[in-house]
Amino acid sequence: MSELRELSPSRLAWLRFRRHRLAILAACFLVVLYTLAAFCEFISPYTPEQRNVRAINAPPMDIRFVDAQGQFHFRPFVYDLKLTINPDTWMREYEEDSSTPYPLRFFAKGVPYELWGLVPAERHLFSVDPRGPGYIHWFGTDSLGRDMFSRVLYGARVSLSIGIVGVGLTLFLGILLGGFAGYLGGIVDSVVQRITEVLQSIPTLPLWMALSAALPTAWSPITTYFGVTLILSLFGWTTLARQVRGRFLAMREEDFVVAARLLGANDSRVIFRHMLPSFSSHIITTATLAVPAMMLGETALSFLGIGLRAPVVSWGVLLQQAQNYQVIVMTPWLLLPGAFIVVTVIAFNLLGDGLRDAADPYSSLSEK
Amino acid sequence: MNDSLLSIEDLIVEFKTELGSVKALKEVSFDVPYSSITAVVGESGSGKSVTSNAIMRLLPDSAQTSGEIILRPQGREPIAINSLDERDPQMQELRGGLVSMVFQEPMTALSPVHRIGDQVAEAVLCHRKVSQEAALAEAAAMLEQVGLTEVESKMRMYPFEFSGGMRQRVIIAMALICNPQLLICDEPTTALDVTIQAEILVLIKSLQRKLNNSVLFITHDLGVVAQIADRVVVMYDGQVMETGSVRQVLKSPQHPYTLHLLSSMPGIKIVEELQTSSEGWAEGAPMGSGTVLGDAGGGRQVREFSK
Amino acid sequence: MRKYVIRRLLGMIPTLAIISIIVFVVIQLPEGDIVTSTLDQLSATGVDLSDDRIQNLRAQYNLDQPLPVQYLAWIGNFITGDMGFSYLYAQPVNELVWERLGYTLLITTCALLFTWVLALPIGIYSAVRQYSVADYAFTTIGLIGLATPNFLVALILMYFGYTWFGLSFGGLFSPEYLNVPWSWGRFRDMLAHLWIPVVVIGTSGMAITMRLMRANLLDELKKPYVITARAKGVPPLKLLLKYPVRIAINPFISTIGLLLPALISGEAIVGVVLNLPTTGPLLVQSLITQDMYLAGSLIMMLSVLTVVGMLLSDLLLAWVDPRIRYERA
Repeated sequence: MSELRELSPSRLAWLRFRRHRLAILAACFLVVLYTLAAFCEFISPYTPEQRNVRAINAPPMDIRFVDAQGQFHFRPFVYDLKLTINPDTWMREYEEDSSTPYPLRFFAKGVPYELWGLVPAERHLFSVDPRGPGYIHWFGTDSLGRDMFSRVLYGARVSLSIGIVGVGLTLFLGILLGGFAGYLGGIVDSVVQRITEVLQSIPTLPLWMALSAALPTAWSPITTYFGVTLILSLFGWTTLARQVRGRFLAMREEDFVVAARLLGANDSRVIFRHMLPSFSSHIITTATLAVPAMMLGETALSFLGIGLRAPVVSWGVLLQQAQNYQVIVMTPWLLLPGAFIVVTVIAFNLLGDGLRDAADPYSSLSEK
Repeated sequence: MNDSLLSIEDLIVEFKTELGSVKALKEVSFDVPYSSITAVVGESGSGKSVTSNAIMRLLPDSAQTSGEIILRPQGREPIAINSLDERDPQMQELRGGLVSMVFQEPMTALSPVHRIGDQVAEAVLCHRKVSQEAALAEAAAMLEQVGLTEVESKMRMYPFEFSGGMRQRVIIAMALICNPQLLICDEPTTALDVTIQAEILVLIKSLQRKLNNSVLFITHDLGVVAQIADRVVVMYDGQVMETGSVRQVLKSPQHPYTLHLLSSMPGIKIVEELQTSSEGWAEGAPMGSGTVLGDAGGGRQVREFSK
Repeated sequence: MRKYVIRRLLGMIPTLAIISIIVFVVIQLPEGDIVTSTLDQLSATGVDLSDDRIQNLRAQYNLDQPLPVQYLAWIGNFITGDMGFSYLYAQPVNELVWERLGYTLLITTCALLFTWVLALPIGIYSAVRQYSVADYAFTTIGLIGLATPNFLVALILMYFGYTWFGLSFGGLFSPEYLNVPWSWGRFRDMLAHLWIPVVVIGTSGMAITMRLMRANLLDELKKPYVITARAKGVPPLKLLLKYPVRIAINPFISTIGLLLPALISGEAIVGVVLNLPTTGPLLVQSLITQDMYLAGSLIMMLSVLTVVGMLLSDLLLAWVDPRIRYERA
């Protein structure tokens, strides 16, 4: 038997969370991804709309250290792509031309941009000298010759933030309505209950589709962005509201709440000082697990062309280019944003699972 | 040559956990004679239920056992329960056929989605090749024996329509329907009202007299022991403290722990001189090194203790 | 039991009423109405209508009435089977939706069955052999399935289908069976195409079902009645299937209600990618072109489908689980 020590609840939660190595890994991954998205202007070598007419539908390029002669170079480089048109199929075919290497430059000046739309700058994390003929498309290019790596990063900013903003709205609605229903009971409760039941029995995607199709096409990208986010949260709060309501109902009868009320605490004090903190960990977990649903919703809508619209770049908008199998077979790298979606959603799920375990005061440390 | 129905010899049960292993039983030995009611008494955590689960081989996989559990059914070869393989056909025969069990929680011990009649009849079908109808008829007869009325309609009902006492009767019927030689009752009355408790005790005792089998009765309640048992095994901290007939143990307890247990029972008078000797016992005191202080006569054994 | 059925049937009415109001509001959202859009189309072809004709047209669609009256007229027509006119297809909505709704129902039902047939046994296995290699493998596959959007599964399947087998997926029928009456050959052709959308739509639900089954069964395996049955001498496999599995499966009947909206949602988008003759592509088309009568009817029909599905699952649950039957009777 190990020595008994006194541990605070938060320390215990951390210990439990730390056991989930996958959850830690997922958390690290998400931090990196969000950082990349936050500084996407700096990290991507091009702007998302910039077109390279010499590399249309170009495949991903390998970043190399060893050249065709087997010589190691400390500075990484890419080879030029030689374009040929296949005379039988009239398809563009690219071949690496090992005679012309383009070395990568780091923190060098390139295409000018505005960081966060505010700070004008022109240095990029990595690039190929824009004054020369060279270019780098790590993830390839699309049918307009736009750099997929840059577009995936810019898309990450939109797709990742929509998850967070959407979940924030969902939490607000869910806690507010669920809390009211659970705490006040009576008519309020039955009305909210009824609404959640109805909303849960409508297939969400068609309704989302209808609502976002109703967004005026004249709206600016940023307004559309918030419009779509609002639509996603408008129907996402029901699950959370149900959970919050259930907790409130159960907790209303708990001794510590009754005691607080008997001591003369008013409703808002009871709710915000006593009831909410006692299941905030639960809410955090639910929120983490709700982010993927938001992201997948946005992706689906944009993919169908009724969510976010170009020139906004999101992972769903990017995938819109890959709707039929000719495109997929010819330029499979256009599916890369899909890989990002999958990995991000997995990461959020793992993190949520880890948090759930950590937040549960009854899950023991000894049990696997 | 031992001539009891069940002998437990040096039974050790250890639970492996991530934090190390916990010894739940430390060399437990006692016998259950034929045609008698033996009570195992002790506080919670003393290893009573682990013992009964070990007899049925119902311990979880994390448990490691050593020692012998030998069942000597009448008219058959003895069975060394502890060394049986889980897939051995004897295992299936043992559970519910030769030994059966009544549980503490009648509210949850029955499947909520199967009819009462079917659940009782299933025990028959598991052990004998009879038709469904015959099994149901037997179940009805057995349910009547345990004191249910209007059996025909009750057979078609579900457990949630029954009270706790009625469910416990059903479970007793289920346990006895294959006429087992040993019936283990694991605190069968703890979860019941006091009046129902008395009825169930009377039922178990009368059925034991009628069927002439043996009962191993697990309880923490010395009052129940006095009411029902012929013999007593007192357990504490995974060890047997004292065994003997009810009369011997309750009237003149030899071990300080037994005395302590007795003095904690309201309404049981203890002889003054004995009470003083119980001062030698304190919570967590060493309970002897495992040797047994010889036979005190009449199958009576007391564990050595240090004053 | 009959009382319960009647009560549930009556309970559907307010739900559907609220849904219909929501749908009506949604189809009113875009600017302009059906007459203005028709007029725009007509004037584009050089036809100009007199003000009188326009007024008549407006009256025909009740557009001169206040909104509640418009709603009542719309829902009244909907109930009597008149779902309005799609100007996108220049056909009554009625003629457009029924066949497509049939395919949607077919694909969704098959996807549900596919999900269960595969996910439930895997969930059972994972629970019984907790922390085994296979358990981890299934959990991993489930996690990936949960994270992959339906349409991405479809796209990836299309990619591999083409590059490995030279197949081009899409549609429910081969070209030669596209517009011919039903025959044995056409049916077989449909089955050959049907599995792809079924697998694609089924995968997302599978992960959830697997995880739930595993968790439910792990809970049930600890319950005392399992020990009772073991002590009774019930053989292990029979015991597993007859007691804990039977009870752990019950909640799944009620999850039809939760899974169905998700499956129908999934079908809507997979239908677009795989070019299926279902309601999904029609809905997307009608929304993009703002053919709101068509869109409204489709959403309403899909909601009715879901609500009826939920009702059926509740009734099934009551039939299977005696506790619910008695509680709610």
